[in-house]
Amino acid sequence: MSNQPQKPLAPKALDRADERVRNDDSIAGALRGFLDRVRSGDLGILPVAVGLVVISVVFSMLNPVFLAPNNLVNLLFDCATVGVISLGIVCVLMLGEIDLSVGSMSGLASAMVGVLWVNMGWPIPVAIGAALIAGAVIGFIYATLYTRLGMPSFIATLAGLLAILGMQLYILGPTGSINLPYASPLVRFGQLMVMPAWFSHAVALLPGIVLLLTGLGTAARRRAAGLTAQPMSLLLIKAGVLTAALEFAVWYLNLGRGVPWMFGLFALLVVVLQYALTRTKWGRSLFAVGGNREAARRSGINVRRIYYSAFMLCSTLAALGGVLAAARLASSSQQAGTGDVNLNAIAAAVIGGTSLFGGRGSAWAALLGIIVIQAISNGLTLLNLSSSLRYMITGGVLAIAVIVDSLARQSRVTHGRG
Amino acid sequence: MSGNETGRAGERLLSLRGISKKFGAVSALTDIELDVHAGEVVALVGDNGAGKSTLVKVLAGVHQPTAGTVEFMGREVTLDSPAAALNLGIATVFQDLALCENLDVVANLFLGHEMNPWQLDEVQMEVRAWTLLRELAARIPSVREPVASLSGGQRQTVAIARSLLLSPKVIMLDEPTAALGVAQTAEVLNLIERVRDRGLGVIIISHNMEDVRAVADRIVVLRLGRNNGVFTPDASNHELVAAITGATENAVSRRESRKAAEVTE
Repeated sequence: MSNQPQKPLAPKALDRADERVRNDDSIAGALRGFLDRVRSGDLGILPVAVGLVVISVVFSMLNPVFLAPNNLVNLLFDCATVGVISLGIVCVLMLGEIDLSVGSMSGLASAMVGVLWVNMGWPIPVAIGAALIAGAVIGFIYATLYTRLGMPSFIATLAGLLAILGMQLYILGPTGSINLPYASPLVRFGQLMVMPAWFSHAVALLPGIVLLLTGLGTAARRRAAGLTAQPMSLLLIKAGVLTAALEFAVWYLNLGRGVPWMFGLFALLVVVLQYALTRTKWGRSLFAVGGNREAARRSGINVRRIYYSAFMLCSTLAALGGVLAAARLASSSQQAGTGDVNLNAIAAAVIGGTSLFGGRGSAWAALLGIIVIQAISNGLTLLNLSSSLRYMITGGVLAIAVIVDSLARQSRVTHGRG
Repeated sequence: MSGNETGRAGERLLSLRGISKKFGAVSALTDIELDVHAGEVVALVGDNGAGKSTLVKVLAGVHQPTAGTVEFMGREVTLDSPAAALNLGIATVFQDLALCENLDVVANLFLGHEMNPWQLDEVQMEVRAWTLLRELAARIPSVREPVASLSGGQRQTVAIARSLLLSPKVIMLDEPTAALGVAQTAEVLNLIERVRDRGLGVIIISHNMEDVRAVADRIVVLRLGRNNGVFTPDASNHELVAAITGATENAVSRRESRKAAEVTE
């Protein structure tokens, strides 16, 4: 396909045959490509990174305790509960839908664990299993309302918000609050258990190693297939920077209590969901349905099944988040899942870069977004601000995040990046 | 476009009997009869609103017919979903292309039929995408850009490439050349002939009589949702236009006679 017959070159790689494409092969090229993407509105994790730096600087100036290792450990404990809920939100947002009842769902799950385990004496795993099944059932109902009856998810889940809250109050009964035993493994998991230092350092090595190995494997396969591959140097730099950053974070957290197991569970779920979204047919279908539902249907995707999977996953993860919240607070109460849980979970997904309009997002979004949200909430608590101010400020941050999303989307449309 | 020998040439692949489709009070299609044989290009022509696209959507499983039967390879089939049509081997390039703009070219080509569902084989899919696009002599700069960044013609090519990916037995193209440049139009027509020579049945919808004549073995005219004659490519323009518009005295013939009169003056 080359138009320059006077320059007989070695056979070009399949994906480099078109001379109109600039080939960003070098490190400088990768950087240039990144800048181009940002300029065209494909912001990636940039807003989050900037946000985190600003938050850290501002809060540590106002109160140096903010950056203390033990405060950050607490922050990670808090992140895990709402973060898990936010992972589910990513799935439904990806379809351009919403679940407004995740807060209530987490409250119901927390109440179920309290009632079934403490009051009725069921074994913990069975009680947790029942809570998760309740989540799946409610997600199934939402998906049925949406796909069979055409009820907008916004309305269906708004109704669900109230109905599930009612169920939570009903099963908690007149006392309204159940304390979970402090010595139980569940509460210890939610409040105390941290990884041994050596283990956390070993775990921090893993992402870099996996990145390097899969990167090398992919590069070898691409070259063998006649495609261009990412240069070795770039891969090494990425893996190196990632490992250094994680090892530093782990070292710093180990100056305090260490890395919470609960955060480890959350991070594992993030990795699993990220894999599912990017490397499986299910994830690809999720993107497709969110981008163009009719096109997805015509290419033979079972659109209805995709909606079912997303809504059920969302409610189930919300229930899991509720169980973790109960463990964190050592209680199941009427307040669980109320207040800002709903909004924080949704805000985390959006701040991390999951589009409200569907078809764009990642599991990292939930992880990064929840760290931003919890950092703000934690910083404001340290300043002894009342919850009235905290709500106002968090609301403002969410508004800014959505504005950034809308502007970036407009820019992407004008730059032809979907 | 992998090896797919579809029986003997001339075998009847698709046969529609009495297909009707009503949208409420509107009869979009009434008693349509249509046969497609292996190794044959059938052109569907007709004015705007003649029911061509509706017929294509019925065959693609997007719309379900109100009445009538569809026979595919001698068996009566129900095309109740796009997946059913695709699995039988009826591939469609829709007029609106039906691409996901947020996904890249590779993802769109393989949508719903990804290699290795639990660990997507991106390398193989990309190689296959490049080979396929090369066969179509497509000028796509990069298969890793979202489809949103492609031009109309490039999107058309991607849509055609996608329909061929599954080695279908019948392929339907709804206005495949409407958005294409001169060279790509010729490529698409070449491609249609190549596909036909492999023994596939091709249904092509086009408003461009020149293209239709160039490739079609039979020209089926629809008018107001009904069959209105079957022609061979050597039928005169006058006959075709008359069948399409339903009158020997029509805008086209009036214009021609006026032009002729101007020349003789």
